[in-house]
Amino acid sequence: MYSHSSESLIKQAREIQESELQRFYSRLVKLLQGKEFGHETIDSLQRLHLILSATKYTRTLPSELQKKLLSLLLSSSVEQLQVLSSAVLRETLPPSGQELNYNQDTSSPLNSHAAALLLSQTGSRSDLSSLCAQLLRSLDSRSSEGPAHSFTHTLPILNTVLTHSPECLTEDHVTLLNKKLVDWLRYASTQQGGRVSSGGFFTAPRSRQPGPIAELDGTVSGDFFTVLCVGQGFTDDQWMNVYSFSMLRHWLLTYHSVSNGNATADTANRLQLSLSLSHSHSHSNDDRMSEVDGSMVSMVSATSSSSRLLPPKERLREKAFQYCQRLIEQSDRKAHKRTDTDLQKACLVEAMCILDCVCVEDVSLVYRVFPCVKALYGRLSSDLSFARVLLPIAQFYLNHGEMAAVDCECVWKLVFSRFPAELFNDPFLAHELLRFLRLNLGSLQLRVPQYTQSFPNLLKFLAWDSPAAVDDFVDLLPSLVTAGTAIELLHTLLDLPCLSATLVLQLRSTYFPISEPGGRGLLSLEVFRSPTYRGLFLFLLRGEAGSGDTIDRLSTLHELLAEATDWPRVIQCAQTVPVLLHIYLNTVVTVADEKLLAQLILVLLERSSLLLKIPRYIKEIHRVFSCHLLRVCKLHPSLVVDQSHELLEFAGTTANVYSKEEMFTNVVWVLGEYLSVSCDSRCSVELITSCFEALEAVLFEVTSSAPPPGGAHPAPRVITSLMSALAKLASRSHDLIPRVSLFLSKLRTATRGKSVPWCSNEEDLVAIVTRGEELWSLLKAPSVAQSVLTPPPHVTTPQWHRDTNVAMPLRLRALTSLTHSH
Amino acid sequence: MVKCFLIHTVCPVSALTVGESRVLFSRVFGPAVGLQGGDVSPEENRLLQKEKMLAVARQVRSAVVLSREASGRVLVETVPGEEVVALQEADCGVLRLRAGDPFPRETSALWLGVQGLGFTMVCEPHENLLLAEGTLRSLTRDCLENLHLLGPGSEVLLKSDRVDVLLSRLLPHGQLLFLNHRFAQSLEKETAAYMAK
Repeated sequence: MYSHSSESLIKQAREIQESELQRFYSRLVKLLQGKEFGHETIDSLQRLHLILSATKYTRTLPSELQKKLLSLLLSSSVEQLQVLSSAVLRETLPPSGQELNYNQDTSSPLNSHAAALLLSQTGSRSDLSSLCAQLLRSLDSRSSEGPAHSFTHTLPILNTVLTHSPECLTEDHVTLLNKKLVDWLRYASTQQGGRVSSGGFFTAPRSRQPGPIAELDGTVSGDFFTVLCVGQGFTDDQWMNVYSFSMLRHWLLTYHSVSNGNATADTANRLQLSLSLSHSHSHSNDDRMSEVDGSMVSMVSATSSSSRLLPPKERLREKAFQYCQRLIEQSDRKAHKRTDTDLQKACLVEAMCILDCVCVEDVSLVYRVFPCVKALYGRLSSDLSFARVLLPIAQFYLNHGEMAAVDCECVWKLVFSRFPAELFNDPFLAHELLRFLRLNLGSLQLRVPQYTQSFPNLLKFLAWDSPAAVDDFVDLLPSLVTAGTAIELLHTLLDLPCLSATLVLQLRSTYFPISEPGGRGLLSLEVFRSPTYRGLFLFLLRGEAGSGDTIDRLSTLHELLAEATDWPRVIQCAQTVPVLLHIYLNTVVTVADEKLLAQLILVLLERSSLLLKIPRYIKEIHRVFSCHLLRVCKLHPSLVVDQSHELLEFAGTTANVYSKEEMFTNVVWVLGEYLSVSCDSRCSVELITSCFEALEAVLFEVTSSAPPPGGAHPAPRVITSLMSALAKLASRSHDLIPRVSLFLSKLRTATRGKSVPWCSNEEDLVAIVTRGEELWSLLKAPSVAQSVLTPPPHVTTPQWHRDTNVAMPLRLRALTSLTHSH
Repeated sequence: MVKCFLIHTVCPVSALTVGESRVLFSRVFGPAVGLQGGDVSPEENRLLQKEKMLAVARQVRSAVVLSREASGRVLVETVPGEEVVALQEADCGVLRLRAGDPFPRETSALWLGVQGLGFTMVCEPHENLLLAEGTLRSLTRDCLENLHLLGPGSEVLLKSDRVDVLLSRLLPHGQLLFLNHRFAQSLEKETAAYMAK
């Protein structure tokens, strides 16, 4: 595949010496001056392209060479030379000071490769406008000579221009193109084109007549030509039909959604016309119901007689509608080739998008379009292989369902229940469904109540393919956080790696329904299938929220899935959970009341020891927890007193110092900071004392013995935060001060000149002891100690502009800087 | 509309750092110069363009590597002649490129990983991805066959005009086409005539 020789070629191309390059240029100029172009010329041009494109720094060609290449591009009849010169010129800069002027030759139309060069180097809107004008002129007066594709590139070029600067086309251009598109889409020839291969030496002249076009299943076509029609060869306008349909959606989106100047009169007229049209249609609609499928009688075009009254834009809309209807009909036929079946699906998607676009523009069309869409939905909803087609249908229902008063329940059930549960491993469906959610977040939250309840299902996309889906979930997760389901969502997020493992097992179970005897059988697969543990897995695989926050036997589940902790998919999933947790915790504080936040703190404390044992996962989660615990308590300090029992339990367990260091530090800090009467009036002396005693016990234990085998020394921060917390608590209840002082002086003596088992680094030890000394001396003045250790808010968050003494100078300074002009 | 098409490496390349990708072919459709004005010189523009291609290639490379790691499938080496098999075994996926990373507006990058090479097509997000997927597969198959990519040669570098011609037929100026098998056959005949030269 990618070999050493390719690598060395690129190296050579980049490092070619300037002198050698100049020699190469002159040789090439000489070659190009000849009449005939042989292999050497082609090879040299290819090498030139490689030299230019291999480096990101631009090389300038000598002007003679550049001019020669340009004339080759414009006038050569050999396509290879056109392609090569276009490619080479695209890699270099346009000649300086000269405008690209191709307008002289109106006789010979611009070939596709020259147009590509022009498009890529065009410098201004006026250039693009003149290109468009020239192209449209050539379209209008096109000759029937030349290969079929000499002007088919016109539409793609126009489409490119539309993408980058739609205002390059004037009103007249737009009208002209509207008319042309109608012609090509609706009135293309229905006879096969091109030269029909003659049957043999003795064929009669009659059999050389091209026959009518056919459908994909072989039957003869009974209606107008579309992209789903086949023939032995194709006429020019049939090619233009393909190109027109390919750009139709973009055209409609760009020009038709721009509202007209004279709105009201126009709309009234349109409404009248379309109502009259729909009246004439309604009768044929009823007749249609009794038609046999696959009949040759046209169902679509029989009703279009009155549309000639419409202006070009509206006429195009009408024809687009008819084209889409026909495509939907044609997609029901069984195509012979696999690629055609795929094309039918793509056509259905495109048709739905165009119908949606057309209905958004002209709301009265909804009543005509909906029966068609409903029928299509009915046809496809039970077949999961059409899932990607059902998404644009869901979009249509979301946009217009309310207006047409149609019940959309079944659609949402499909999108939120079936698709994620059964198709989570289809990367394209996942991408499109998540995109659909992102784009319609507002409407979904309003109109589809089951959206916020369906997060267990939606998270399956993330659990399966985290790298691809995490970006979308960063945007979607905030909308899934509601007060009612917040706790369940938290548990689900924490157990996402378990869900990932379960999905792997589920798929493996389907592919290998019978256990391999003595093979590479997975223990977890056995477990997955066993009825004893079925309930655990079924809970993880649930589709909707509301059946409980989490399971009781979580630790059992984690043990059972121990094998899965080194599966790449599970590891990738585990890497995305901390990010999502951050987002979740940032969002939940905005929707939760204090009661919910209290519950949240409990969950954080509880789950810190209940996580799937993936090496770095636990550490990362603890980091997120500790950061957010701190933030929540800072926002609602009274929570600390509220949940003091659980917080104390956590802080009083010495093992937590070693296994959950970060969390422990922060819990101790919040206890020290917020367990006071000023934060919550329920705080009593007994509470402070019991907290003090618990922390004191831990501190004593930690500083008197070595860490448990296999554990690391606690970071100095843990010790100092314990000491500070004790000091803060003591400053609020002065009876405790002697105890703290005693401990701190004992610490000083114990560490003087000796090494201690609980701290390995001498610098750390010095820092700890220094801190201890500071606290000890501070506590000698109890009243000062309280305000130093826990300063009141007006000291920590000064609002100087409110202070009568400080405010004036500040105001004057501000006014001066505003009024002084520089 | 398709913004660009790339062929790049997804296997480790000794001359590059880990995670980098070598872009073997890139084609951007549409104006290279931003029409929003500003005083970016054409050279800077070209440089910017190349860097954007590298950025896309890098992101796709990591997506391919992660996807292969997660699926745990063993890469089977195929030889020239087995293009259809190679395509069937290829990993495929789609990546969301956020606005600004690296294109000004949000785009979707569809990719096919055929052994050591990645074929990437960057589309506007509202594009018909079913059609784009089909087009990418046809394009990849044609590239594999016409450039003998399953073999050790360097035709992708020396015969890049072939890819340009394929693009001009299947993806003219970045336009995705609804081609049924008859239209596709007709185009194939034309390109076969070109490749035979």
